Amino acid sequence: MTDAADLRRRSTELLATYPPATTDRTDFLKARFDAGLAWVHYPQGLGGLGAPRSLQAVVDAELEAADAPDNDPRRIGIGLGMAAPTILKYGTEEQKQRYLRPLWVGEEVWCQLFSEPGAGSDLAALGTRAVREGDEWVVNGQKVWTSSAHLARWAILIARTDPDVPKHRGITYFICDMTDPGVEVRPLRQITGEAEFNEVFLTDVRIPDSRRLGEVGDGWRVAQTTLNNERVAIGGMRLPREGGMIGPVSTTWRERPELRTHDLHQRLLKLWVEAEVARLTGERLRQQLVAGQPGPEGAGMKLAFARLNQEISGLEVELLGQEGLLYEDWTMRRPELVDFTGRDAGYRYLRSKGNSIEGGTTEVLLNIVAERVLGLPSEPRTDKDVAWKDLAR
Amino acid sequence: MSTQTDLLYSEEEEALRSAVRDLLTDHCDAAGVIARTESDAPHDRSLWKALADGMGLAGLLVPEAQGGQGASHREVAVVLEELGRAVAPVPYLTSAVVATEALLACEADDLLADLASARRIGALAVALNVAPGGAFKTVRLEDGTLHGELTGIADAAAADVLLVPAGDGGLYAVDADAVTITAQVSLDLTRPLATVTLDGASGRRIGAAEPAVRRALRAGAGLLASEQLGLAEWSLTETVRYLKERKQFNRPVGGFQALKHRLAQLWLEIVNLRAAARNAADALATGEDADVAVAVAQAYAAPVAVHAAEEAVQLHGGIGMTWEHPAHLYLKRSKADSIAYGTAGAHREAVAELVGLQAP
Repeated sequence: MTDAADLRRRSTELLATYPPATTDRTDFLKARFDAGLAWVHYPQGLGGLGAPRSLQAVVDAELEAADAPDNDPRRIGIGLGMAAPTILKYGTEEQKQRYLRPLWVGEEVWCQLFSEPGAGSDLAALGTRAVREGDEWVVNGQKVWTSSAHLARWAILIARTDPDVPKHRGITYFICDMTDPGVEVRPLRQITGEAEFNEVFLTDVRIPDSRRLGEVGDGWRVAQTTLNNERVAIGGMRLPREGGMIGPVSTTWRERPELRTHDLHQRLLKLWVEAEVARLTGERLRQQLVAGQPGPEGAGMKLAFARLNQEISGLEVELLGQEGLLYEDWTMRRPELVDFTGRDAGYRYLRSKGNSIEGGTTEVLLNIVAERVLGLPSEPRTDKDVAWKDLAR
Repeated sequence: MSTQTDLLYSEEEEALRSAVRDLLTDHCDAAGVIARTESDAPHDRSLWKALADGMGLAGLLVPEAQGGQGASHREVAVVLEELGRAVAPVPYLTSAVVATEALLACEADDLLADLASARRIGALAVALNVAPGGAFKTVRLEDGTLHGELTGIADAAAADVLLVPAGDGGLYAVDADAVTITAQVSLDLTRPLATVTLDGASGRRIGAAEPAVRRALRAGAGLLASEQLGLAEWSLTETVRYLKERKQFNRPVGGFQALKHRLAQLWLEIVNLRAAARNAADALATGEDADVAVAVAQAYAAPVAVHAAEEAVQLHGGIGMTWEHPAHLYLKRSKADSIAYGTAGAHREAVAELVGLQAP
C-alpha cells in the first residue's frame, strides 16, 4: 500500500537520482512520470502508483520544496484535465502507452474538437462526419472555440458516424492528428480584440481506426468523461479574501477617492459581500471534497463566478469614468495563457462575458441544477427518437 | 482571517440536528403554529420546555462551570437552522442567545444559570431592529428605580426577566412582574414584539450596558443567519415538492424552464448562504474575524431568506396566498428577520468600515 511516507521516500529518491539543478527539464519530468509520481492515482506504468488522489499533494510539496520543474499545467490543461482521463478510461493499452507520457510531460499539447457552429449547447447534434474506408475514417466538418489548436499535436474529436439513428447514438470518439494535411486552423478573433481560440476546418482528414477511443457509436458516453472533468477543472480554485475580480476594483476604490459616488459605493459593497460569500462557498466545497463528502454545490460555483465577474468588471469600468471610455489595446494577438484578472478593466469586462458561455452556458447549467439537484422534470424532448438526419437545423 | 475556519458540520452537530428535527416534527406542525398565532399564548411553552429543559439546549453557550452545556455558537447555529425551518414560536434566539450573551458580559451568574437551565426566560430590552453597534434607547434611573418605555422588544411577553439598559450606562435585570408588558400587533406573530413600560421598577445593576448589548447583538445577528438559512431551505424544499406535484397544461409545472431557473437560482443562493452562516458561527465560536464574518453573513442572509419566501408564495399560486397555507409564516418571519439586528444595508455599511471601503 502506497502511503504518504512511501511517496516522500520515492520523491527523495527521484530528486537524488535526477537533481533538478543539473537535470534537463524534460528529462526530469520523464523520470518523474516513470517513477509513478506524475499523477499518483493513475496506474503503475502510466505515471502513477494506484495511490489515493489526495496523496498527490504530498509529492507536489516535496518536489516544489526542492525547486523541481513542473509540467506547466496551465499550458497543457486540456490534455491533463480532459484528454488524459478519457484515454485512461476508454483507451486501449497501446493508446495509453503511446499518449499519456508525452501528454503529461508536455511534449505533446492537446486540444478539444467538440463544439461546432451548429452545435453549441446541443453538442450531441454535431454534424462533422466520419465515414469509414477500410481501416481508416475520413472526416469532414468544422469545429469552433478550440483553444490551443494552433499549438496542438493531437486533438480529441467527436464526429458523426451514423446519421440514421438518434443524435446521441451515432457519435464516435477519435484522436485526431493535428498535423494531418486536411486540418486547417484559423484564429477566431473575439470581442477583446485578441484570439485565444480557433476555428478548425477538417477536410478529408484520415484517421486510422486504431485512433478510435471506445466503441463505434459510443462517443457520446465517452465524451461525458471528458465534459465531467471539464466542470471539475472550472471553479475549483482556492482564493484569499479579495482574491478574484473584486480585488482590483477594491484597490482602485481605496486609492482613488475622487472616483467615488454614493451609487457606486452601494453597488460595490453588495458585490464585495457576494464575492466574499462565493469565496466562502468555494472554500466550503473544498473542505467537503477533502472530507470525502462531495456535494452538488460544485455545479453552482461556475454560475456564481460568471455572474460576479461580469457585474464586478462592469462596475469597475463605470467607476473609472473617463478612463473607462478607453481600452488598452485592440491589436489582434494570440495569447498563450489567459488571465481573467490581468490587463485592464475594459478587457476584464469583455472577457468575462465569455464566463457564462464557455464550459456550459448559465442557462444550460441552471437546467442541470434544476433537474439533477432539485429533481424537477425535464422539458418535453422532441429530439429523442428522431434520426439525426431528420432533425431541424 | 483564519485558514482553519471549519465550514462543515461535525457528526455531533448532525446528530444534534436530527434530534431537534425529530422533536419539531412531532411537536411543531404548521397548522398548530398558525392556530397559535391568534391565541392568547403566542409562545409554545411545552415545546420550549422540551427543547430548553428536556434537551438542555438553552445552555449551549454557557460554560459548564456556570451551569450550561459548554458548547459553542456552531451547535447553536444548527439548532437555529432547525427552529427556522419550523418557524418555531419559542424564545430561543432571544433568551438562549441574545439575553445569554448579554449576561456572559456581566456579573450575574445566578441569572445565567437560570437562563441556561431554562428555569427562567430572559429578554434583552433593546428593540429588535437595532444593529450591533447601533444606538439603543435607555430608561431613566431616578431615585434608584427605573422609568421609561421601550418598544419593539421581541419575546418580552414570554420573558421572566428583562435586561434593561439605563441612562447611567448600566444594564439592569428587572423582573417581568415589576413592569408592564403590552403586546404590539407584530408582522411576525411567531416572534411577537411588545412594549415594556417601567414605572418605578426596581432592578439590579449587573454590568455595563454598552459592551453587553454590543456582544449580544453581534451574536444575535451572526446566528440569525442560520435561522434564515433554515427558513430559506424550507421555502425552497416545499416549493420544489409542490411544483413536482402541481399540474397545469397537462404537465407538472415544475417542468417549465421559467420556473426551474428561478428555483435553481434560489438553490444557488442557499448554498452560498450556508457557507456564510457557517462562517459566522465558526467565527463567533473562535472569536477570530468575527466582526467581518457576522457583517458579511447578515448582509447576505436577509435578502436570500426573503427571496426564498417570496418565491414560495408566488410559485405556490393562489394557495400560497391563503392563511391556511404555512408559506406566509415564512414570509413574515423572513421579512421581520431582514430588519432584526440590523438590515442588510446596515451590515454592508459595517463591512465598508471593517474592510476599508469608505463612502464618498
